[in-house]
This record gives sequence, C-alpha cells and structure tokens, in this order.
Amino acid sequence: MTAAVDVRGLAYALPGDGRTLVQNVSFTVGPGETLVLLGRSGSGKTTTLKLINRLLEPTAGEVLVAGEPTAALEPTRLRRRIGYVIQEVGLFPHFTVAQNIGLVPRLERWPADRIAARVRELLALVGLDPAAFLSRYPHQLSGGQRQRVGVARALAADPPLLLLDEPFGALDPITRVELQREFRGLEGRLGKGMVFVTHDVREGLLLGTRIGLMHEGRLLFLGTPEEFRGSTQPEAVAFMSAVDPGPATEGPQGPRKSF
Amino acid sequence: MSLLSFYSRNSVELLALTWQHVYLVVVSTGAAIVVGVPLGIALTRRPAWRAPVLGLANVFQTIPSLALLGFLIPFFGIGAWTAITALILYALLPIIRNTYTGIAGVDPAVREAGRGMGMTDGELLRLVELPLAAGVILAGIRVATVVSVGVATIGAAIGAGGLGVYIFRGVATVDDTLIMAGALPAALLALAADAVLGIAQRRLAWQR
Repeated sequence: MTAAVDVRGLAYALPGDGRTLVQNVSFTVGPGETLVLLGRSGSGKTTTLKLINRLLEPTAGEVLVAGEPTAALEPTRLRRRIGYVIQEVGLFPHFTVAQNIGLVPRLERWPADRIAARVRELLALVGLDPAAFLSRYPHQLSGGQRQRVGVARALAADPPLLLLDEPFGALDPITRVELQREFRGLEGRLGKGMVFVTHDVREGLLLGTRIGLMHEGRLLFLGTPEEFRGSTQPEAVAFMSAVDPGPATEGPQGPRKSF
Repeated sequence: MSLLSFYSRNSVELLALTWQHVYLVVVSTGAAIVVGVPLGIALTRRPAWRAPVLGLANVFQTIPSLALLGFLIPFFGIGAWTAITALILYALLPIIRNTYTGIAGVDPAVREAGRGMGMTDGELLRLVELPLAAGVILAGIRVATVVSVGVATIGAAIGAGGLGVYIFRGVATVDDTLIMAGALPAALLALAADAVLGIAQRRLAWQR
C-alpha cells in the first residue's frame, strides 16, 4: 500500500544566514496512521509540516505524497491534495461555514450540488448540525466550533494526507479534551495519513499511533507511544516527566505532604 | 444680485460648469483607481517598492495645487488634461496607501490557510484579500474623490473649466455672490460624493 507521506532526508536552511531549522528528517506515514511530531517551540515541527506542503522549499531531501514526489507537482495542486489545519484556524471571515468548507472543491470546479452534499456530510462528521451551521459566519462560532469547521474544510476534497499544526492549542482545556476525544474517533474512521504537530505530550500520546520527537531540527526518536513512555532518550524523559512529575522530593517549599 | 436670481439667469452655464467639474473629478479619480489599486497590490507583493512609491505619491501631495498645475503646463498645455493629470497625482496617495494597508491588514492566519489549501496568488487576491480589504480601499477612494472636488475648482485657473470659473471670476471682480455661486455647488458636490461613497463603503465592506 502506498504511504500517505514518505519523507526522506528532509532538510531546511534559512535562505539568509543559512541557519539550519530541519536536518535529516525521515519518516513514513501510512493510511490510517497518525504521526505526532512532538517537540519544544522552535524544534522544527512546524517547519517540517510546511516542507511537506511546500509552503517552504526543502534545501535537501525528498517528500512523496501518496507515492508522488512533491517536487514534481505544482505547489497549489499539491496543497489541494493535502488537508491543512492550523492553530489559528484561519477561516475566511467573509465566507459562511458552507463556503469555507466548500472552498477547495470550488477551486477544483466541482458541480455545486456535489459541493453542497459534501459540505453537509463533513459538518455532520465533525459533529455540527448542518441545518444550524451552514449559513453562519466564523465570528458567530465558538473557538471549538471554529476548529471543527477548520478540520471539515481540510477534509473537503478527501485528501490522502492531513497536516495539523497544533489544531487544539488555542482552545480552553475542556473544549480541547472534547475535541481530542472526537478527533481520536475520527482518525480510525477516516483512514487517512496524518502528521500532527504538538508540544503537548498528553495530546501526543492520546492521538498518535507513533510519536516523532524533534529537537533542534532533528528527529531524535520515532516509535509507538508505548516505546516513547519507556524511552531513555533524555529529551523524551524530559517530556514524560512534564506529564508526570513523579513523587515530589525537594520542591522549592521543601517536601510536600499529601492531604 | 442675489444668488438665486444669478442662477435663474445663468442656469445653462451653471449646468455646463457643474458637468465639467464632475467630469474632471470622475475621469481623474477613475484613472487614479486604475493605476493606484494595482500599484497598492504590487506593494504588498514587493515590500522593497513600498518606501519609494509611497514616498513619491507623498511628494505630489505636498506640492501646492496651483504650483502643481503651473509645473504641468509646459508638458500638457492649458486645459482640462493638465487639471486631470494634477488631480490624478493628488488622488494616487490615498488610493495606493489604503489598498496597501487594507491588504496588508488581512489576518496572516487567513492568508496562510488560503495558501496552505492551495489557492493561487490570484485566487487569494480575488477571493480573500480584495473582499476583505474592500472597505479600506473604498475609504481611500472616498477621500481622494472629496479632495478632488475641491482641488478641481483650481483647474479653472488654467482653463479647465468647472465651478472654479465662477470663483475666479468672483475673486477678480470682488463679487461675493459670484464666488458663492461656484463655491456652494462645489461644496454640495463634495458632500454628495462623500455620502454616496460612504454608503458604498458600508455596503461593500465585509463586516462582522
């Protein structure tokens, strides 16, 4: 089976000073798999995503989306085959929910009735009642609803690959957990390859079928969540200890007592 | 002689001068839109052009209108075209600047989402940036138009016609009624242009 995305020896250096942001990153994500790219801010996760959909041009290495080398495709054509979800959502404020979701099909000149049917289907998929939401504008939605629309929009043209850049990062904790749970359900049903960027290790462990740990532009670790929990890689240990600080010993206020 | 009896005796001339005035403003503002909006868009794509282009447009604004007309006479002679050229130069700055500001003010996340979804530069401009910037661009056109109505009165000094003809004639003969005969309709034109474009701005501008 062709991988949704195949990344080989990817590197990116800034055009100006030649500072390297991504170095020798390789991974493969198959259909139905979610690779979580985990790392601190500035570790190169987002840059890696943008190298896949060519918002940035790799300085070295190769990317194949559904078996096709991205370098051979027109960037706009490539991007229409890749769903892209960002933290700020970036819904078009002057478009209704229906127009937002139907954008890529419209650019691809689908017939209007097919777009309308697809939009309804997607709204239902992300848990929004089509009748109530079709003609709303983004400013009439809550943060969680906006990101649901963002996910629906990314799925519109049924791309084999989805890139998600901290999609739930700006949501309040309760909405975030709600969306994470639903997203987990979606992953299995959709059967798409996903690359999910986050710095939240809990989120990564919940949603990833594999975890890729990035640090200073390199992929330090690549493995299942189970392997990640047991890893002795210092950066992985640092992330795991952020989830579970373990028994507090000498804190700033001395030993703690439990109530 | 009262203003009303002046108008009743010279109604044909009044209409002709008003028409000339509107013509000067519409042609010059139209040309400034045709030049200014694409130039403003170009500035958002070529940041290096921004300072020189806006700087130059700014320089035109600082030249007193009578002097600018004088400078242009050697190139375009006397008459309407010289006045129109001057009016275009005046109208460029608000139109270029507002087009640039309006597009540059589009939420970067919206632009990134559009690019990331595979919109071409043209699609992004046509479907997203221009509609979102429309209100700001129209505000610039509105300012340019209202200023043009005023500046066009000076066109009469170089034979361009328009309502300034009455004003200059009135100044020369120290006749307040005659000055008023030109100034009043010019002011009304400016107010009307402002109102109409204000409505268009509210209609066309996307609002939350």
